[in-house]
Parts: sequence; structure tokens; C-alpha cells
Amino acid sequence: MSILLHKNTRVVVQGFTGKEGSFHAEQMIEYGTNVVAGVTPGKGGQTHLGKPVYNTVHEAVEKEGADASIIFVPAPFAADAVIEAADAGAKLIVCITEGIPTDDMIKAKRFVVSRGATMIGPNCPGIISPGKAKMGIMPARIFREGSIGVISRSGTLTYEAVNQVTELGMGQSTAVGIGGDPIIGSTFVDILKLFNEDDETEAVIMIGEIGGTAEETAAEYIKEYFKKPVVSFIAGRTAPPGKRMGHAGAIIMGGKGTAEGKIKALEKAGVKVAESPALIGETLKEVIKK
Amino acid sequence: MKVHEYQAKNFLKKYGITVPNGIVTDDISKVKEIAEQLGGKVVVKAQVLAGGRGKAGGVKLAKTAEEAEQVAKTILGAKLHTHQTGPEGVLVKKILIEEAANIEKEFYVGIVLDRAAEKYIFMVSPFGGMEIEEVAKEHPDALFKVFIDYLELFPFQARQLAFNLGLSGDAFKQAVKLFLKLFKLHIELDASLTEINPLILTKEGNIVALDAKMNFDDNALYRHKDIAEIKDDSEDDKLEVEAKKYDLNYVKLDGEVGCMVNGAGLAMATMDIIKYYGSMPANFLDVGGGASVETVRNAFKILLEDKSVKVVLINIFGGIVRCDRIANGVIQAAKEIGVDRPMVIRLVGTNQEEGREILKNAPFSFYTFDTMSEAAKKAVELTKGGN
Repeated sequence: MSILLHKNTRVVVQGFTGKEGSFHAEQMIEYGTNVVAGVTPGKGGQTHLGKPVYNTVHEAVEKEGADASIIFVPAPFAADAVIEAADAGAKLIVCITEGIPTDDMIKAKRFVVSRGATMIGPNCPGIISPGKAKMGIMPARIFREGSIGVISRSGTLTYEAVNQVTELGMGQSTAVGIGGDPIIGSTFVDILKLFNEDDETEAVIMIGEIGGTAEETAAEYIKEYFKKPVVSFIAGRTAPPGKRMGHAGAIIMGGKGTAEGKIKALEKAGVKVAESPALIGETLKEVIKK
Repeated sequence: MKVHEYQAKNFLKKYGITVPNGIVTDDISKVKEIAEQLGGKVVVKAQVLAGGRGKAGGVKLAKTAEEAEQVAKTILGAKLHTHQTGPEGVLVKKILIEEAANIEKEFYVGIVLDRAAEKYIFMVSPFGGMEIEEVAKEHPDALFKVFIDYLELFPFQARQLAFNLGLSGDAFKQAVKLFLKLFKLHIELDASLTEINPLILTKEGNIVALDAKMNFDDNALYRHKDIAEIKDDSEDDKLEVEAKKYDLNYVKLDGEVGCMVNGAGLAMATMDIIKYYGSMPANFLDVGGGASVETVRNAFKILLEDKSVKVVLINIFGGIVRCDRIANGVIQAAKEIGVDRPMVIRLVGTNQEEGREILKNAPFSFYTFDTMSEAAKKAVELTKGGN
């Protein structure tokens, strides 16, 4: 089994008729994702990409049985879109949007959790279960069905790692881009727990970066509970303190959130950390061989 | 986004929080008159965004208006060197002149985001005037925190904070009111950090915000035009300011390999791999997940403007972005700006064959590679004079 996203997941696309939404929804459908509807307020009743468009997520859930939503809504309206999806009963909510205010996300996350839904993102590439379905913006052709779980705070660095894994002849069970913001729907630990219970996943690649303490928390969890091998890479060894490195969450503050600290914590938990981003695939291969 | 102390205090005043009477100026000839107006005994404070200005001599007490003028002359227009400014220091263009307070007690008050808890925390400590990191290290028991669950500080929490500072009577009441107002201000203005250090109890029994520091959430500036407008980027690196105009994420660093990468994580990883092979990156530069010809051209310009760049390394993992477009962008930029330094390009993803073909036929010589490690190795080699 893959985690979170499966062949039969019924997906609604919020921001369906917009430029980004259209482009990526088309690619998702092409990949075989079960996109059942789209939502654009005010455009209900239309058909777009061969799928019905609704004014609200509630209608899409009621009429098409949607149980997951992917959000391509501009930042000022994105948190509201997340809350709408959770209120409508979507169990999996993937928010691609970058640049959402922190306070909006604090509110949205509380709401999502109160409804028992799972949110991925924001500011992320989404989630893909190769060979089954894709809710996201990642280039599908670099992925291959297999047994490696991937979790990452970064988009293109995930592609880099996945590409290495695929080229070495291995594939992925599910790859999850959890996002580069300070407040995100699902953390490393949330996703690790799912991979731990997934029979199809044999090993996990965890790609972290400077800022926050999510990697350290993940290291504690891995040490105590995780049953499978984990390989990691932490980006930002060369990043100076106090400077935001692209992602809103990638900043070393008050001596906290350094790459060194994270690497140390992970190694202590038995995680093999790749020295160079070009060696993630090789490191994984070595670990699996043992 | 950071704002100056006097700007933060203006926000505090709007929310009914007491700050010392003060006037900001950039004119040395007005200092004496301002000081007289404020009663003679004043504090002259450099208005810079960099932290650590107190220790660096940017805050001075003057007992008379004449002395205030003397003191101001040593601060205004001079360079201040704090632990955050580096050796170049920062030019002081404005000073805040405030009436001196009669301090009975000093406290620390701060609101920050706890990322792990996904909540704001409101912290107070009786060790006012000390940096919070120091307090946390040396007097961890003296740091009292409340967690904010609903973007709202409840009155009982404000009382907890004030009791923990040992306040009573009228001062207690004043502090509770101040905490409630301060948190409201923090949320309503989308601040990411609000700090009053120190908050003081005066000998006259008043609770006053003697200093103020506020940072704002860049992602929320679209709904606070008044805050976005007062941004002072004069202390930022010039190339960083220029990059921001083009919506590029750029951070100047000290090395010699100029990097252009799509995606923040890959951009950091590219910096790391340059170090791994023995050189240092000259910058962080993320052209975004969906880099266009336009962004590539702008990024190129910024990179080459940095004279410490000896070699340019372009690392693009084209997911959705097409490699032929990137290749065209690079060539267009190279034609417009001219290439006077070696360029190493790693371009993979959609239409990578077309992209490489375009680069091969270009009237410039680029070093092109399939993998990140080969490209980084070459770039490092070129900084050492290889070819």
C-alpha cells in the first residue's frame, strides 16, 4: 500500500479553472489520478477538463463523493480554502500555495486537526504514490513504483533525491513534500508514523533543512519507534545565521535550527546522513544492502 | 520585515501603550532644542535595524540639552559596529531622543512563534535589559511563558504574566492591560516578533515600554500597506535589495562560486556541495520552482554584478519548468550582459536534450553536465584556475 493517496482517492481541485490549477489538474488526470471535480466560486455548473465545476467544496463532496482536495488558490484566500475543505469533510488536504501568512495557517491547522483531517503543505510540491495517483506539481516521469518512502521540506531537492533513487533502479511507495513554511499541516513525525505502518515501504528518505526543530523531533521518534532504515540529507550547512534562505521556515535563529545540530541528532538516532546532496541515492543503496 | 524602534513605538502608542516622550530626528542642529523640550535630561538612541546597538555605544544618556547635542554628534552620522553588522558597520541616519526615565524595576516582555508547538508564546522575565537568549541560558527558571491557543491572550493569562513579575496594586493592573493590548497589536498587525526589553516600572509607579522591537510577517504585508511602506532597506546588501525588486530570493555570501538554482532546498544543497568539493558559495539564489526566461535573465544580472563571483554555477532541476526555456533565457541574458567569467551549467528535466542542444550551439562556451556533483566539481576546479 501507499500512504495517504491511493488509486481510488477521489480528488477535488480548488482553484480548478485558474492558470496553475488547470495546468496541474490536467497533468494529474493524465497521470491517472481520480479527479472527480473542481471548485471555483462563481463558476459552478461549468465543465472544465471534462470534469464538473462546483461553487463550493461541500457540493463536490456531496455530489461526487470527493474525499481529498488539492488547493491552487492565491495566498490571501488559501487558508480559507483549507478550512472549507476540512469543513466539507475532505480527509486529505494538499495545499500547494506559497506565501500564506503565518497567523492564517495557525488558524487553519487548528481547524483541520479539529476535523480529523490530514493537511499536507502549504508551500509544497504535494504528494505522489507512483503508479497510482498524484496530487501535486512534481514531474511524474522521474518517479517509479517501489518501496522507498520519501519525506521532504523542499520541492526540487525532492526531485533530485527521487531521480537518484530511480536511476539506481529503485522506486518509491509514496513521496510527500511537507512544505517549507514555519507552520505546516503534517510534520516529519506525522508522515513517518504512516510509513512505519505501511507494508510496502521498506526504507525512508528524509530531506530536511535549516530552521525549526522538526528534524530533531523526528530523530527522537525514529530512535524510539521507527522500524525501518532511514537515510537523510539536511540542506543548509553553508547557510549563515539570521538569514531566511528562500523558504519562510529556513532560518537559523538564536543558535537554533542549524544543519549541524540536526545531523547530529539524526545520526544519534541511527540515521545515515548523506554528506553531499549528490549521494542521497548511493547512501540509501548502501543502507539497504546491509 | 524589521522596523526601527521609533516606528515600533508609534504602533505601541496607537494601541494605548505608554512609551517615553520622544522625538526622532536626522538633523543635528535640532537636537538641543528637542532635548530642552523634553526636559533636558534625555537618552539619545541610534535608530538602526541591527541588534546589539546598546553594547556598541548606540544608546547614551545626557544630563543636559548641551550634553545631548555633544552625545548626538558622536552617534548621528557615525558608523555603529554591533555583533550583527559585521566589520563594515552601519551608518546611523536617525536618532530617537527621549526623556530619561526614573527606573525602579526592569522586565523582559516578548511574543514569539514557537514552531514546534505551532503557537505563539508570551514570555516575561524579571531580568529586563538582558538579551533573551542569555536569560534563557542563565536564568531559565526566571522565564515565565504562556502558550496562546487561539490567537488571543486571555485575561487570566495576562494576570499570570503580571503576577510572575511580582507586580501588585496599580502597577499590576497597568501591566495586565498592557499585555492584553500588546498581544492584540501583535495579531492585528501580523507581527512575527514583538519585544519590549526593558519594560519598566518607574519610580513614579508607571509601567512604560522603554524599548520596542517588532518584526512583521512578510507574507502578510499585502494586508498592511502602511507597514510595507515604512520598510527601510538601506541596511541590506545592495544586491539583495535589487534581487527583491525582481522577486528573486537572493542572499549574499562570502565565497566565490555564484549560484543560480530553482527551488530553495536545491539552492541550499548546491551551496553545500560547493563547500563539499572545497570552495564556498558567493550567494544563495532561488529563481523559483517555475523559472521563466525573464527571471533567469534578472538572476544572471545580479550574479554577474557581484565582483567576488569567479565562476557561475547554474543548477536547474526542471520539473515543470522546461529546460529549453531555461537555456534560451541563459543565452539571452549572456548576450545582453556579456559573460566575462566561466559558466558551468547543469540542466535536467523536461526537454533536457533540446536545452543542451541550444547551449551547445550558443556563441558562448559553457561547461554542461548531467549531474550536480560533476557540475559542482568543475565549478570548484575553475575557481582554482583550472580549465
